[in-house]
Amino acid sequence: MSTRTLPLLFINLGGEMLYILDQRLRAQNIPADKAKKVMNDIITTMFNKKFLEELFKPQELYSKKALRTVFDRLAHASIMRLNQASMDKLYDLMTMAFKYQVLLCPRPKDILLVSFNHMDAIKDFVKDTPSILSQVDETYQQLIEMYTPLSNGEFQLIRQTLLIFFQDMHIRVSIFLKDKVQNSNGRFVLPISGPVPRGTQVPGLIRIFSCAGEELTRLQFKNGGNYSSALREGSFELFGDRVTKLGTNMYSVSRPVETHMSGASKSSAQHTKVNAAPNPLAKEELNLLARLMGGLEGQKPGSTDNGFRVNLFATDEEEEEALISRPDELSYGVINIQATKDQQTNAELAKIMGEFTESGDQSPSASSKGDDLLAMMDGL
Amino acid sequence: MQRPFLSGPKQGELRCFKDTMYHKEKSIQIKNSASALYNNLSVLRIAPRRLTYFTVVHANVVNTVSASWDGLNYSHRQLQSKEPNVATSTSLIMQAAFCVLPSRDLLVVSSQKGIQMYESDGSIMVYWHALDTPEAPTAQAVFARGISAVSDNYICVGVSSGAVLVFDIPSKGSNITLSEVLEEHKEAITDIASECSGSQECLANLVTADDGGNMCVWKSGEEFQLLNKIPGFDITCSSVKLWKGTVLAGYGTGQIRLYEAVTGILHAEVNAHARWIYSLDIAPFSGLLLSAAEDSFVRVWHVSMTPETNNVEIAHLHNECVTDTQICGAKFCDGDGYAFAVTGYDLSEIIRLPSDEPGHSNGKWAAVTGQTWLRTDNIELLEKY
Repeated sequence: MSTRTLPLLFINLGGEMLYILDQRLRAQNIPADKAKKVMNDIITTMFNKKFLEELFKPQELYSKKALRTVFDRLAHASIMRLNQASMDKLYDLMTMAFKYQVLLCPRPKDILLVSFNHMDAIKDFVKDTPSILSQVDETYQQLIEMYTPLSNGEFQLIRQTLLIFFQDMHIRVSIFLKDKVQNSNGRFVLPISGPVPRGTQVPGLIRIFSCAGEELTRLQFKNGGNYSSALREGSFELFGDRVTKLGTNMYSVSRPVETHMSGASKSSAQHTKVNAAPNPLAKEELNLLARLMGGLEGQKPGSTDNGFRVNLFATDEEEEEALISRPDELSYGVINIQATKDQQTNAELAKIMGEFTESGDQSPSASSKGDDLLAMMDGL
Repeated sequence: MQRPFLSGPKQGELRCFKDTMYHKEKSIQIKNSASALYNNLSVLRIAPRRLTYFTVVHANVVNTVSASWDGLNYSHRQLQSKEPNVATSTSLIMQAAFCVLPSRDLLVVSSQKGIQMYESDGSIMVYWHALDTPEAPTAQAVFARGISAVSDNYICVGVSSGAVLVFDIPSKGSNITLSEVLEEHKEAITDIASECSGSQECLANLVTADDGGNMCVWKSGEEFQLLNKIPGFDITCSSVKLWKGTVLAGYGTGQIRLYEAVTGILHAEVNAHARWIYSLDIAPFSGLLLSAAEDSFVRVWHVSMTPETNNVEIAHLHNECVTDTQICGAKFCDGDGYAFAVTGYDLSEIIRLPSDEPGHSNGKWAAVTGQTWLRTDNIELLEKY
């Protein structure tokens, strides 16, 4: 559908990831200098020029698997390590938070305001580091340039594309349940009260006109809700009050982050079945992914003794338990790609092949490389 | 002198649906949840076989259900979008709709790649039209959206470029051809509607709407004739209907507007919903109008015309709230509007109303003005549908 969705998806999910990591780093009492390094490293990687160039090109959305791989890589762009269970939970939280924000946006173009809220917070994280700050500012400009001219209809298409991406995700998030914005069945609460979006009138008025254009009758009807007039317009500029709270940081040290894995809904299982069919398009997606990852410079895993592990759960035992008990239909099937500085796709794929090849295989032809990769993906 | 707001129901004009003692309708489970797309529900009533078909889009799949009127038999079928070129990206479906023509019914599926036409039960694909998709994705998305049967032998489908494709449909077989391309709109087509097939003579029988809220009114024929253009105000018209020469349009601001098709005169304006409208439907025999939006509400209205004064009026009858659901499709299940069906984003069921499930209406749609509507005890009339 919309070919302009990926940047918004990436930036908003990235923003949520930073909120969560920031909270966990503080909750685990990681020394301030290490915590700052992690945040700076991740933000630098997120706003890497080459990476963003690829991201902003018109393209269809990646699959959930592919996007999860990108975030896996991003989360490990620094000295911080996350176990599989913690990474899964992090990704669950990020996606459910953004799904919530997209659903609750009063107007489709408010998704841009949500994105600006995330950007504002990211800017705040790196306000002491001018080099990264300028990267962030540049991205702001790109966002403004690309999105502010779009019509409402085009924004709705972006929103509809995002909603397809988030379809059937009903993971329960403790903070949402507590705040009563999510029901126990995992579905978000859609209030029938509150301010109407800008440009919309409170429902209730019927006006009848004559053929000459004069108003003949006015009638009121009960709208069944409890609406009020729209709030003022948020700012779509570099600075300004965005007005909406969607996209601002809802975590704090005192509000821990938990998700509930039990009771995954039947419909999500059905949806996964439909997606499990071998997807021949994944070849192209892997190529894109490899190019994208090439732009993500990162530390070699486990290369430094400066490293430390962050746990998204309260204890190590809980983390282990979460890994074992995670329902199959909710596994993300991450593709393990080790990107090198060499940007050539073939070299990338060769290396990827090398990672997974069982016993020093001869190098197969280019076309079957893709097939083997597919088999691997399905096996994940 | 106070002019009466609504003229009283004439003999046989509106029959208010009485308590459902004939059969209660339950929700129909579908294989996948509905995607957030405009007009994401289509209903086809097959009276001779006492069946109703429903179709709902989920990403790149069309779910069709055939439901028997006695509520005992449900049969499901899924159709995939066609991907003629495997190397390119997934083809998401924008809309699936039944098109009723005098000689045949077809199920038309419009996607990012093109237009597929099936026999109404989805059993056989009879036609495929590929859109001109560029090699690499462009900033402007490419897709087909907006489907309607027009007159006796045409099906019109809109495209993201603003073009409207007119297909000539023979009374049987697969010799379907692209007869004309209408190029008046500059923005992506959102919805298309028609009226007057067969015997009735109409001045205008087609309306097309786009992302900017602009609407074009046409008369079908070997060469379609543009009769009128109704300008939009950069507010998307997401759903449109045509009835007795009146255009009924639902907008992203939650407003419903009624225009006289050939002149563009605004008859009525309703602040109907608190969020983007996703679906409108009209029950042609009674003038009941159904509107559904992201605000979780489905509302039932009555549209009436006073031929003497040429006035068109609209009255609110009923609200139905589907809790915590952004509704994406709502259609009457019959021409009188006795019952309707609703789909919502992330919902894996088609809700049918009136129903006997708690929290839903039992069918008493009394006018808020307090005027009494005729309640029909005419069993023959009800059984006819």
